Amino acid sequence: MIAAHLPALQVVVPLVAAPLCLLLRRGGLAWALALAASWAAFAIAALLLQQVLSTGPISYQLGGWAPPWGIEYRIDVVNGFVLLIVAAIGAVVLPYARVSVAHELPEDQQATFYTALMLCLTGLLGVTITGDAFNLFVFLEISSLSSYVLIALGRDRRALTAAFQYLVMGTIGATFIVIGVGLLYMVTGTLNMLDLAERLPPMAESRTVLAAFAFLTVGTGLKLALFPLHFWLPNAYAYAPSVVTAFLAATATKVSIYMLLRFFFTVFGTADSLDLATLENLLIPLGVAAILVCSTVAIFQTDVKRMLAYSSVAQVGYMVLGIGFASTAGLTAAIVHLFNHAMTKGGLFLALGCMALRLGSVQIESLAGLGRRMPLTMFAFVLGGFSLIGVPLTAGFISKWVLVQAALERGNWLVVAVILVGSLLAAVYVWRVIEVAYFRPGARDDAGEGIAEAPLSMLIPTWILIGASIYFGIHTSLTLGVAERAARFLLGGGA
Amino acid sequence: MDALGLYNYWIVIVLMMTGFYVVVSRGNLVKKIVGLNIFQTSMFILYISMGKVAGGTAPILAEGFETYSNPLPHVLILTAIVVGVATTALGLALVVRINEAYGTVEEDEIQLQDQEA
Amino acid sequence: MSPEAAILLSLGIPLAGAALIALAGRRPNLREGVTLATAGLLFLTVITLLPGVMDGARPEATLIEMLPGLPLRFEVEPLGMMFALVASGLWIVNSIYSIGYMRANKEAHQTRFYVCFAIALASTMGIAFAGNMLTLFVFYEALTLSTYPLVIHKGDAAAKQGGRTYLGILLFTSIGLQLLAIIWTWQVAGTLDFTAGGILAGKASDLVVGVLLLLYIYGIGKAALMPFHRWLPAAMVAPTPVSALLHAVAVVKAGVFTVMKVVVYIFGIDLLAASGQNLWLMYLAAASIVIASLVALTKDNLKARLAYSTVSQLGYVVLGAALATSAGVIGGSMQIAMHAMGKITLFFCAGAIYTATRKTEVSQMAGLGRVMPFTFGAFLIGALSIIGLPPLGGSWSKWHLMLGAADADQLVLIAVLMISSLLNVAYLIPIVARGFFLPAAPADEPRPVSARAGAGAGAAAAPKGGLSGIREAPWFCVVPLCLTALGCLALFFFADPLYRLLEPIAPP
Repeated sequence: MIAAHLPALQVVVPLVAAPLCLLLRRGGLAWALALAASWAAFAIAALLLQQVLSTGPISYQLGGWAPPWGIEYRIDVVNGFVLLIVAAIGAVVLPYARVSVAHELPEDQQATFYTALMLCLTGLLGVTITGDAFNLFVFLEISSLSSYVLIALGRDRRALTAAFQYLVMGTIGATFIVIGVGLLYMVTGTLNMLDLAERLPPMAESRTVLAAFAFLTVGTGLKLALFPLHFWLPNAYAYAPSVVTAFLAATATKVSIYMLLRFFFTVFGTADSLDLATLENLLIPLGVAAILVCSTVAIFQTDVKRMLAYSSVAQVGYMVLGIGFASTAGLTAAIVHLFNHAMTKGGLFLALGCMALRLGSVQIESLAGLGRRMPLTMFAFVLGGFSLIGVPLTAGFISKWVLVQAALERGNWLVVAVILVGSLLAAVYVWRVIEVAYFRPGARDDAGEGIAEAPLSMLIPTWILIGASIYFGIHTSLTLGVAERAARFLLGGGA
Repeated sequence: MDALGLYNYWIVIVLMMTGFYVVVSRGNLVKKIVGLNIFQTSMFILYISMGKVAGGTAPILAEGFETYSNPLPHVLILTAIVVGVATTALGLALVVRINEAYGTVEEDEIQLQDQEA
Repeated sequence: MSPEAAILLSLGIPLAGAALIALAGRRPNLREGVTLATAGLLFLTVITLLPGVMDGARPEATLIEMLPGLPLRFEVEPLGMMFALVASGLWIVNSIYSIGYMRANKEAHQTRFYVCFAIALASTMGIAFAGNMLTLFVFYEALTLSTYPLVIHKGDAAAKQGGRTYLGILLFTSIGLQLLAIIWTWQVAGTLDFTAGGILAGKASDLVVGVLLLLYIYGIGKAALMPFHRWLPAAMVAPTPVSALLHAVAVVKAGVFTVMKVVVYIFGIDLLAASGQNLWLMYLAAASIVIASLVALTKDNLKARLAYSTVSQLGYVVLGAALATSAGVIGGSMQIAMHAMGKITLFFCAGAIYTATRKTEVSQMAGLGRVMPFTFGAFLIGALSIIGLPPLGGSWSKWHLMLGAADADQLVLIAVLMISSLLNVAYLIPIVARGFFLPAAPADEPRPVSARAGAGAGAAAAPKGGLSGIREAPWFCVVPLCLTALGCLALFFFADPLYRLLEPIAPP
């Protein structure tokens, strides 16, 4: 009867792995355990999504307590898809972690590192799978607390201040979310999301509900680095260990986007007072600003990791735009970009990790001549960069295509222009790196063969993600199909 | 019911704003943590207040008591307090590490050192 | 070979070639052998498609569904057939020329050069055979990106600057304008398939047609319609074989070819003529023709002059499309082939002159014709073809364009075409005249670069100010340019099959 308990196992497997990693003490053993756990989680997520796609939403009552009293895990197309993304990234990143972590962290911290990573995975999966608003907060804090630890493990001392800054901002965000949930509980007397959705409409006009909506939006906005609440992100990503950056960039903001979708469309979706115009007026300007401002800032960064971090904020802007349209096309675009960007950015940060391993730094100048010295890594970076720009035959192109279509559907020409300008800005910052890496001779060209290609254990995961971002740019029936079903489901049309 | 009748909600708001202000305005990292704590405490009180039923007692089945307070928010807030404690501990641990790395816990001095580096 | 297989092979062959070239990188002879073999095979494959298309067949092949309802699909129609023939045929000649040029000039990164060239050709085939606008766009972008390393081949500051302009303009126009136009078309028409008679008829108002046309015309930056022409002179920092094949043939022709495709198969010439939106386009094209010719007059650098000449000549194709009459469209399409043959000859000559003498400026070329008779002779033929004098191929396209302009009652445009021909005379003929008739300037110190055997002796023996150290460029350079010059002649006498091939796209 294991199959019936898959939803619980999804969270429990990494959760149990976490303390065991700590007990194992040795970095290598902890890594092996974490690897096994993450692959198991991936397999579970794949099974769950398949089950959801064929038989509809799954409801799992934790400990046998019936909702709305007990905690319900509820998996539909939307979070089934997000679960798969998170678990897949975890499964790809862990094989990579062995060498990278051994290089960047002292031996005695490695077991702790894998513990924190497993907890973070637990938290992210939990946030995604749960159907209970307060449970969501608990998992959110599990993932946040562990990610503060992970970021603080970075070699640079600035990692500490970055982690501290993130801790302060993240805690404020989480507290806002709890307050929002509390206010909702106050008026409805339930914490179950579906129950909330049923009970909210009659009291949609109440000031308490509006306040709850505001608190939830701001709180989630902080977690997902919604412009202008993104200030914690660039530092946190830039100074964290390479593996952590890749993992968080590909999952943490994506899960937050999912929370936003869940709150807006499942919980508040039925309430008329929060009509589409509210969303459009709020989210679209923020998305536009994020794309324009952060892409521009990215152009002026000298640290490539930081550059990509700013690019992440800009890319979140695209997803927020899609959500802002609140139409099937818009949500499809947001969800498909969530997936595509997870693949692309994850792959890019992994490629950067390979460079950091060999070069010790990812300052843009130090990449000179790398096209020759690390051809495979650099070419992966180029392909990932193409996907960020949205060159055809990459995943990024598909996202932009759908998003522009959504904007045209609304007749919002300004947004159309912004999306296209955003692509061009991305071209500028990606091209700065390409030009240096391929067309500037390396300073150490004659100083011997100091720099070689990264080991296979790192190259293969990098190429899996980059390959995915190419594959899903050519073959889109899976991503677009699921995203569209998810969008319809969120808008209440059934799966 | 006049405005003062809901005084515990006023306290929530005052605490929330106090905590928030401390987080934003203080440069000392320890004080920031203190502010964060006050901020979170306001949320605890919010939950506790909403669980209270006027005239109700602690939700223990006993002879002679008909009205009970809602136990759920109180239980929830126990969880939240644990989370808060963990956050504080982690935050303070980070401050200790920052102090070791920079020799100070003042934000402006840290920034100065970072710029020089 | 079935037509489907031929279509897919014409993409697969250059790509496989690119991979093999990369593998053979360490052995130059093998590498260049692979390049030539690939080019030859490609041409043979393309030519197997020709008889069927001449008989009215429209073979197609579908790869995969990229977006719902939008597969990557190929379909061969006359216009694409012609473009593919021109590009693949000239690639053979150009590969021979590249070998001579790259070796004589001791260029670095030659493997990268040949690999990118093969990928660029694969993209060109994709553009030529594209069955819908999305497929075309995919390969259009692939062409931009694969030619970028060729443009900045030298890797110095000037090359990088040129590369930035190149990429900047081409990406800005394609992503900023063309992609928007494509998505909009998809929204309006519900299809992007190239369909005879267009897909927008009855679905878009005149205003929408106008805006879309504007977005397409300027979005297709490769067509180099002024004011988005700057990338073309900037791309002249590339080695000459690149300028010759890509920036006189593949890339720019991909641009005007796309314009032609869009006008004929997306808008449909009837819709365009009826909407009246083609009027402003005609005048834009005419302005581009005249202004670019005037700019060409002022350029002393030979390649820059040729680049502006290309900008001007591309205007002819756009003009042909804008006329939206049968003769105009056919004239414009013929111009794609005719100008390709003429301009590649001119660029080959420019490269040969540079290889033999290191001279790049027109003013330095006095007297060179007497020591490089083949090169300058070919240059003269190419120039006359560009000007449009019989018995050279270029005269046919001008003839049909004039007919088209007359059909559309645009007498002004006939005048523009005539003025432009005069301007062509003014900026091309003096180069030849200077080469043959002016004495070499004595103060001009030639630096012969004969990399061939016996070169050292020649350089040492070169007396001050004379031309005695200079001779023709290597045969690998000279033979191709003679071949293309003969091609210009041949196109005059064998224009009829071309006309019959193209006739179905715009029956009179």
